[in-house]
Amino acid sequence: MSKKILMTGNEAIGEAAVRAGCDFYAGYPITPQNELTAYMAKRMPEENRVFVQAESELAAISMVMGASASGRRAMTSSSSPGISLKQEGISYLAGAQLPCLIVNIMRGGPGLGNIVPAQSDYFQATRGGGHGDYHCIVLAPCSVQEAHNLVFSGFALSDKYRAPAIILGDGMLGQMMEPLVVHSKKKNLSTKPWALTGCKGRRPNIVKSFYMQEGGLEEFNKALQKKYARIKEKEQRFEGIHLDDSEIILVAYGTQARIARVVVEALRKKGKKAGLLRPVTLWPFPADAFEELLKKKRKKVRFFVTEMSYGQMLEDVRLAVNGRAAVDFYGRAGGGIPTEEEILRRILQ
Amino acid sequence: MKKVFSRPESLRDAATHYCPGCGHGIAHRLICEVIDELGIREKAIAVCPVGCAVVAYDYWNFDCCEAAHGRALAVATGIKRTQPDKFVFTYQGDGDLAAIGTAETIHAANRGENLSVAFINNAVYGMTGGQMAPTTLLGQKTATTPRGRNPAGEGYPLKICELLATLPAVASLERVALDSPGGVIKTKRALKAAFINQLEGKGFSLVEILSPCPVCWNKPAGEAWRWVREEMAKTFPLGKFK
Repeated sequence: MSKKILMTGNEAIGEAAVRAGCDFYAGYPITPQNELTAYMAKRMPEENRVFVQAESELAAISMVMGASASGRRAMTSSSSPGISLKQEGISYLAGAQLPCLIVNIMRGGPGLGNIVPAQSDYFQATRGGGHGDYHCIVLAPCSVQEAHNLVFSGFALSDKYRAPAIILGDGMLGQMMEPLVVHSKKKNLSTKPWALTGCKGRRPNIVKSFYMQEGGLEEFNKALQKKYARIKEKEQRFEGIHLDDSEIILVAYGTQARIARVVVEALRKKGKKAGLLRPVTLWPFPADAFEELLKKKRKKVRFFVTEMSYGQMLEDVRLAVNGRAAVDFYGRAGGGIPTEEEILRRILQ
Repeated sequence: MKKVFSRPESLRDAATHYCPGCGHGIAHRLICEVIDELGIREKAIAVCPVGCAVVAYDYWNFDCCEAAHGRALAVATGIKRTQPDKFVFTYQGDGDLAAIGTAETIHAANRGENLSVAFINNAVYGMTGGQMAPTTLLGQKTATTPRGRNPAGEGYPLKICELLATLPAVASLERVALDSPGGVIKTKRALKAAFINQLEGKGFSLVEILSPCPVCWNKPAGEAWRWVREEMAKTFPLGKFK
């Protein structure tokens, strides 16, 4: 068996990035992700990679853009208010079709909010977040081990589709310690012929998102949408627990899915056929899993969504269900986390 | 027959979109001449700004990257730090470098990033139709200072070279002007010195180029050149600051 070590989610993400071949990290301090920036400050120079503490989140994401345009694996991390600032750069990265990994260890909002864990940035992460018709690939880990694993997936998907990827965690996941088996180091990264490396032996490369000629931008947007359709078709991921026989299906992601899992077991003990559908990709949302369930189920199935927000993923569940089953919801954000007892009470009432 | 003058290899054979009398075309060409002379075209990576020069990559025959408005020096930091063996420069206007990108400018300079900067100061936002820039002169009329720039409420022209001269990590700062054939030659010399600084690993070098914008200044081209020399250079004295 592989050796297990204890690490916080923030550190596990940092170590995964180093092992996944991240060449460049730029960040700016913000709680509750500071351990990740500090970890990268320590580890990146040990591996002869680049760490920069940027003057702002705007600068950090633009530095990532430069490193990514250079063909290198690049990453930044922050928490909710800082991620809002990064939206400018994320839109440019999406528009220039540049890969990168962005980690959001979410805290309560809106505004400065506070530093307690929350899942209130779901809309921002899954709808694009910045200006224009674009999406980021959004991955939602629910444990320290999964946070570590999804960094590798995030970089790989981001390179494959030339689109920014986001790890959407929360303050709980970032701060808590769990046993972890670290992955081996990544070798043989994909070649990037589009990268800006100097035009020796080839025609000059241009990294841009500006299309002034008539019709040019529309053509580009159509191509982007085709790419997003491909991602939707191929990359939906979720975890299902007791989905085969369940009549009440809880839907939750990240930290809240761990609480939902406990609720499912409690319901089972009471003789209720309960299950859990945990989206691992938030974009693309695993809508096909809902389609399967609704097609298969003869008997009535109902869904219960719980989030550390006031109902954001809820909208994607309703879109996937499209009126074919009841969808109920319970959520809290800004201080409290929906508890097992609160959720049970609402389901059983 | 001996060829004594031709288009630099670094400059594409393309008609520019710049207005008659604009300084950008000259500055573009000077950069290309210097890059050719230094033999660094194949390792050059330019970061283009948001502003009139956003499509400089249509005219330059080497690798180019776009940046969001004001973020050119952050993007350039990411490129140069991951590829220290390449030649990386930014080309930025006054709105880009001295208003929305002031933080990026000061901090890239303060970190001593081994980059070269061509800073085009034409005292106005050109691409958006002639609004007040951070470098607009006192009393100068623009689309957003119709009564002339008044320091009460609109502040004073921002002097980037003087500001950056206080930073220990900056290698060189020089202000030149596209106001005459002599000014063009001095501009080329300043660009070459700044580029060589980077090749020698000396750190952050910036050349501020006072440049005419006849259309937004509502002046004929000849008068615009004169205005650079006689008015702009009073507020922005030429010379080496570091």
